[in-house]
Amino acid sequence: MKRLFPILSIVTVALLGYALYLALVVAPADALQGEVYRIIYYHVPSAWTAFLLFFINFVASIRYLTRSKASTENAAKWVAIGIGVAGLVAPFLPPVRRLIPAGMEPSAVATTIVLIPALYFLVGKLFPGDRLDVLAVTSAEVGIVFCTIVLITGPLWARPVWGIWWAPGDIRLTSTLVLWLIYVSYLVLRRFSNSAQTQMLAAALAVFGALDVPLVYLSIWFFRTQHPQPVIGGGGSMDPRMLHVLLFSWGAFLLFGFLVCWSRFRLELLKREVEQAHAMESLAGAEDSEKASLPLSRSAR
Amino acid sequence: MTSFWAVLSATLVKDIRLEWRSKDALNSMLFFSLLVVVIFVFSFDPLAEESRHIVGGLVWVAFLFAAVVALNQTWARELRNQVLDAYRVSPAPANALFLAKSVGNFLFVSVLEALMTPLFIVFYNLHVLGPAWQLIPIALLGTWALVVNGTFFAAMSLRTRNREIMLPLLLFPISIPAILGMVAGTTAVLTGENSAHFYIVLLLTYDVVFTTASLALFGTILHAE
Repeated sequence: MKRLFPILSIVTVALLGYALYLALVVAPADALQGEVYRIIYYHVPSAWTAFLLFFINFVASIRYLTRSKASTENAAKWVAIGIGVAGLVAPFLPPVRRLIPAGMEPSAVATTIVLIPALYFLVGKLFPGDRLDVLAVTSAEVGIVFCTIVLITGPLWARPVWGIWWAPGDIRLTSTLVLWLIYVSYLVLRRFSNSAQTQMLAAALAVFGALDVPLVYLSIWFFRTQHPQPVIGGGGSMDPRMLHVLLFSWGAFLLFGFLVCWSRFRLELLKREVEQAHAMESLAGAEDSEKASLPLSRSAR
Repeated sequence: MTSFWAVLSATLVKDIRLEWRSKDALNSMLFFSLLVVVIFVFSFDPLAEESRHIVGGLVWVAFLFAAVVALNQTWARELRNQVLDAYRVSPAPANALFLAKSVGNFLFVSVLEALMTPLFIVFYNLHVLGPAWQLIPIALLGTWALVVNGTFFAAMSLRTRNREIMLPLLLFPISIPAILGMVAGTTAVLTGENSAHFYIVLLLTYDVVFTTASLALFGTILHAE
């Protein structure tokens, strides 16, 4: 494991470098936007990575919350299985199929939904007990970093193309910003909370945040969007050469995100071990001083 | 079930009686939102036509800030003499306590809104162009949206250092869709340009979702150790 980390780091650096080369040199210039568009090779992979990490945070929080009682854990398990089964079948049923936007394959939708329970069980398997909370804090922190990249690169691109830095009321921009705000408040809560109950409170807040995102999306339904349509499964189209570069770039970003998460995860585990050791030490110290003070108090009597 | 309603009504009546005698929350909220209104009047000096477009936002920002003042005091009262600890060890249902606190806050904020709305009308020469009765469901649903999450997050921020500042930091990001619904709905009614039905449905959805979530999680928050 210890040797794997430096190897993976070197691979990541190489991949990120090659992705940059692909993005700047190999990918063709956009017919309408020229060279400016190349920022999407950073913008879009960051966005996908951030959303994935926030989703992992949500799953870890749910598992952490339901962990305390066997009945709720069971219920959550069956809900996850239900989502998986429904997601596998529903996209192929004619009435649901009509709702799926043109250009999106029902099988792609089904695969995406099946990934939800898969992730749910994977997280539970790989991160038992308190490690769920460590995973939650790690994914939230790294997710915020990627989300910040999205929020910075977006306006940089929008200024030359739209003529404005920010389109207020735009559905994608606003929901990403609100998502970022929610997770910043999540980290603020973790920072300011007392140690013992932090994990429970943070998990509850993460669930509230996840419930909020669809409502944010609904609340700005009426506003028209300026944001380009999604490249994959959304009505937007893209040159296959560009798409390959984009997917390669995403792969590099995912690996980079994974590495950062890994080291942050280990750091958090070590931090907690140190805290625990300190607590044990002071407990032992208190017992010793109690023993030492006994004869004194007796003699005083 | 009887114990649920007994605990709920006992807590609610106690809170209302305390508030009636001290008027702590109501007075500070009233004065605070009065200050906000006055500052807004100085900052923006709009014509009647423009004010219809901005007053929806101003009203709700004033109420939101004022509600935070009241929400911060909700649980602080129970910390004195370890009332909350006593509650935690008692077998009384946690959700009864939560609902009583929410309903209490809802009443206080509603009273504030009823008293402050005429002031806004006077200062901004408001004249409603749309169906005015729709302002009532918007106000009720919007207030409940603020209060139910606010009560929940106030209980959450009790466990944190500097809890007074913690509540708005937690409450505002989650409340953005509700605030948007209230503001856009109020503006729609005031200007009469479009229908507010969508925003009423949005607020209703928000209320149902977050009331359910709060009730499901409040026990965990109260007993978290």
